[in-house]
Amino acid sequence: MSTAVASPRENRAPGFWGSTNGRKAVMAVTGFILFLFVIGHLLGNLQVFDGPVRLNAYGRFLHNLGELLWIVRGILILCVVLHIWATFVLWRRNRDARPIGYQVKKSVASSYADRTMYWSGPIVLAFVIFHLLEFTSGTIHPESRFIPGDVYHNVVAGFSVWWVSAWYIFALILLGMHLRHGLWSMFQSLGLNHPRHTPVLKQAALWIAILITAGYISIPVSVLAGWVR
Amino acid sequence: MKLTLTIWRQKDPGAKGKFVRYPMDNVNPEMSMLECLDVLNESLAERGEEPVAFEHDCREGICGSCGFMISGVAHGPLPATTVCQLTMRHFKDGEELVLEPWRSRSFPFVKDLVVDRRAFDRIIQAGGYVSVSTGNAPDGNAIPVGKEEADRAMDAAACIGCGACVAACPNGSAALFTGAKIAHLGILPQGQPERDRRAVRMVAQMHAEGFGSCTNIGECTGVCPKEIPLEVIARMNHDYLYGAWRERRQVVTTIAPATDWEFGKK
Amino acid sequence: MKLDAGIPSGPIEQAWDKARFEMKLVNPANKRRHNLIVVGTGLAGGSAAATLGELGYNVRCFCFQDSPRRAHSIAAQGGINAAKNYPNDGDSIYRLFYDTVKGGDFRAREANVYRLAQNSVNIIDQCVAQGVPFAREYGGSLENRSFGGAQVSRTFYARGQTGQQLLLGAYQALERQVDAGQVTMFPRSEMLDLIVVDGKARGIVVRNLVTGKLSVHIADAVILATGGYGNVYYLSTNAKGSNATAIWRAYKRGALFANPCFTQIHPTCIPVSGDYQSKLTLMSESLRNDGRIWVPKQKGDKRPPNQIPEGERDYYLERRYPSFGNLVPRDVASRNAKAVCDEGRGVGETGLGVYLDFSEAMQRLGEETIRERYGNLFDMYQRITDENPYKVPMRIYPAIHYTMGGLWVDYQLQSTIPGLFVLGEANFSDHGANRLGASALMQGLSDGYFVIPYTVGNYLASTKLGKVSETGAEAQAVLTSVQQGVERLLAIPGRRTVDSFHRELGKIVWDDCGMSRTAPGLKDAIGRIRALREEFWQNVNVPGSSNDLNQSLEKAGRVADFLELGELMCMDALERNESCGGHFREEYQTPDGEAQRDDEHFSYVAAWGYTGPGNPPELSREPLEFHYVHPSQRSYK
Repeated sequence: MSTAVASPRENRAPGFWGSTNGRKAVMAVTGFILFLFVIGHLLGNLQVFDGPVRLNAYGRFLHNLGELLWIVRGILILCVVLHIWATFVLWRRNRDARPIGYQVKKSVASSYADRTMYWSGPIVLAFVIFHLLEFTSGTIHPESRFIPGDVYHNVVAGFSVWWVSAWYIFALILLGMHLRHGLWSMFQSLGLNHPRHTPVLKQAALWIAILITAGYISIPVSVLAGWVR
Repeated sequence: MKLTLTIWRQKDPGAKGKFVRYPMDNVNPEMSMLECLDVLNESLAERGEEPVAFEHDCREGICGSCGFMISGVAHGPLPATTVCQLTMRHFKDGEELVLEPWRSRSFPFVKDLVVDRRAFDRIIQAGGYVSVSTGNAPDGNAIPVGKEEADRAMDAAACIGCGACVAACPNGSAALFTGAKIAHLGILPQGQPERDRRAVRMVAQMHAEGFGSCTNIGECTGVCPKEIPLEVIARMNHDYLYGAWRERRQVVTTIAPATDWEFGKK
Repeated sequence: MKLDAGIPSGPIEQAWDKARFEMKLVNPANKRRHNLIVVGTGLAGGSAAATLGELGYNVRCFCFQDSPRRAHSIAAQGGINAAKNYPNDGDSIYRLFYDTVKGGDFRAREANVYRLAQNSVNIIDQCVAQGVPFAREYGGSLENRSFGGAQVSRTFYARGQTGQQLLLGAYQALERQVDAGQVTMFPRSEMLDLIVVDGKARGIVVRNLVTGKLSVHIADAVILATGGYGNVYYLSTNAKGSNATAIWRAYKRGALFANPCFTQIHPTCIPVSGDYQSKLTLMSESLRNDGRIWVPKQKGDKRPPNQIPEGERDYYLERRYPSFGNLVPRDVASRNAKAVCDEGRGVGETGLGVYLDFSEAMQRLGEETIRERYGNLFDMYQRITDENPYKVPMRIYPAIHYTMGGLWVDYQLQSTIPGLFVLGEANFSDHGANRLGASALMQGLSDGYFVIPYTVGNYLASTKLGKVSETGAEAQAVLTSVQQGVERLLAIPGRRTVDSFHRELGKIVWDDCGMSRTAPGLKDAIGRIRALREEFWQNVNVPGSSNDLNQSLEKAGRVADFLELGELMCMDALERNESCGGHFREEYQTPDGEAQRDDEHFSYVAAWGYTGPGNPPELSREPLEFHYVHPSQRSYK
């Protein structure tokens, strides 16, 4: 060994898309776009309190967007796919990172919402599919008839079924929890965080999640209570 | 006081391991956790059994050698404390403690409570430094560093490399360790010239070691003996995203993780 | 043996320049052809390996820990001195040199100390450039504080973790060279012997602590930076793994061991709480700025401190040293604490402790100010003792902290074996009989960054080195003897654990070769150490095998060496019929109980040479000459 050894680096590293940090950034950006949709959708839906004329007009407006609507839908679907892809590949990696688990393991710092992202995500996804089948395509519309174009009727009829509302409320609470972690987490993943901002961001994420959840839940609750019929 | 220690015993990575219960009658509440193991080991040696192997050195909470899980929490229940400074008075008389080694694919098992943390050295090797050879330095005061910046860099630089963050993370991620070094050097003016390259290379090596990804839940900070803040991870992500873009034409290479202890073989 | 330190002639200010100019150089292309071994990765070893790698040598670097970053330099708290004179308060290289020679009680080599003071300035620059986060002023410039009673503020620091940050700087520089392929790192590898061929150090035998495999490593020069031997005392502020094996095996291969009895005792440590105690924790010396030290006037007074009225307290340092009071130097404070405890007036369960009381300071300054100044130390004290120092006085007791003695080296840091260089705490060179605070970090980095890169090159360029093979007879003979040593330890069918021997040895040296020493005590200790060593080789119980991670076996080898080194310390202390610095012989004190130096007879370095098993070691003397700082009596009354 009398000559200098070459640098021991030999393996090529994965680039942005292959790295854990890059994938988390993908998750953050797609999550943010989906968050924008969640807000827009909520604002649209709240028009149910203005009565059938207004809501149905809004529905017609969306349908008349034509190609634009499909572009938006396309972006959203792409985001959902990328969001899930990133989650899945990272989940698999994380599972492999600890082949032998602990006999005893306690959590000391994370919240329930933090630890249940892997559950809240798929359940919300299942809900979204159900939701599309119920209110967009009308494939599932238990105990009443789906009238294409009469959004108001479909909403009231749908939520009048107690278990539909219960399922909706449950899924929206999970969405709230998902947002509570995700909204703060995306700043962290994109590196836009600073020690001074953390407490503010965490509080803001909590309140935004609560407001969004409360906003959505107000619809089935009002239907069941008979305030909207 | 009386305690029962249930300790993971495994002679080598190839052997089958198991938990063994050791009741202890004479635990002095003033003892540290490691002194408690010393007493146990002394009695095991007297009985002709092999003592429990555990890593330790300075015993004042700074070298980063020691560390294992105590009943599911890295370094035990007291925050900001390594096991060498954790005194037994923090446990209840009659309590049963489960002692397990750090578990991570990237920390290959060695013996009993000892694991191999060379992955951390390789991450530093990938870029956790300022490339300045001896003799090249300008006068110390030629590089002004604001007090606040120096303090934030110091917060991150306090990392002792014990591995508790990886052990506590449900994903086995080394983001806090890697982020701490990237933040320490990335905050200071001395670290600016290599900032992109450092982040890209250290993240690449962290990936090559097989560590999991960060899910931003903060278990690492919760057990960190030096309370390294979670924001160092944000800093790593920030520097990595910028670096990955600006260095997109560079080929980044990593070192194959070594898992055995036979040196000098290629 | 005639010892020649090789100090350049002429004015001391130009000695190092002159020496560097006279040194032969290795041209860059030839550096590649030289293999070097560095043992130890603390401030001295880490910085040496990194710098030699940068220069282009092939370096193999060894440490027994799992990572080079764990070396015990990491635990240094206070700071690092440098004669920068940034505060404009009258500091200079000459003043740092003067303070260090005087602080060492005139038992250090002037030229080495002067070089140390010169290099101190470059160290700070280098560390800042590496990104060490030193404390800063708001304007962005480096902050300084005073330390260890110096009259100028020359200490640079990074919170209470200066050692950690400096070590991480060296470690990072080292890892950079590992990445560049210049340094090959061997963690969990313990050096167990030195290979000497044709009178030159040519390699080492190393045990892989995980696989137990022994291997031979051959090089053109061997650099030891393995730290001090404070763990002879069992209880010390050293890390548990700190050991003297590397330097001791080098001693047995012909390197001289200088001033082994010069050990430093730190006055403010948390006292021992029971037999199980494994190490002592240091509390920063700065506490003595505001705390008052006292014990009860009455023997065996077991009342809680708050119930002892003012009139029944003895503030013994203030009483004996009215002008310095609680701020007397480390050695004086330590000795007095021991004296009052020996009288039976010690406090705490074991009677080995004195009170360090902040109640007066808190009344004067308010609790808030005290919290600001010492909050983190108070928290640490409370975490360990479960006592609240804001309410009850702290209990403190002296503990072994640093060893000024070590392998003898010349001005080039080369031992008496050509090609064997010794750096940092492992050598004896710069601190004399007592080390000042914040100087140890300075010495380690000076040796590693700024001395060895020159002197090792000079050695390589001016020495003809024959070819040595790993499988050659000389190397294999050493390997076999190490192998036999390991097997011998495992084969002893004994009953006593390694720790119990170590504890007993520690007690002997602490009692008789610790804070104060007497001729009869030392003679008695030598006898008891010999008997203990005999028993060790008959009755030690080393469980496990030699081919895996066996921490008992590691400890056994180290304790076997301590059992020999402990005896040499006592012999050296017995031979030195004077008191100086950390070495206090009760027979040699002034009428009022202070250390009395004997410059006429003992102004020399005592360097001991090994003469074979069972034979008494041979003493060589290197006379010390003081041309610049003239020896005077230290007084703190």
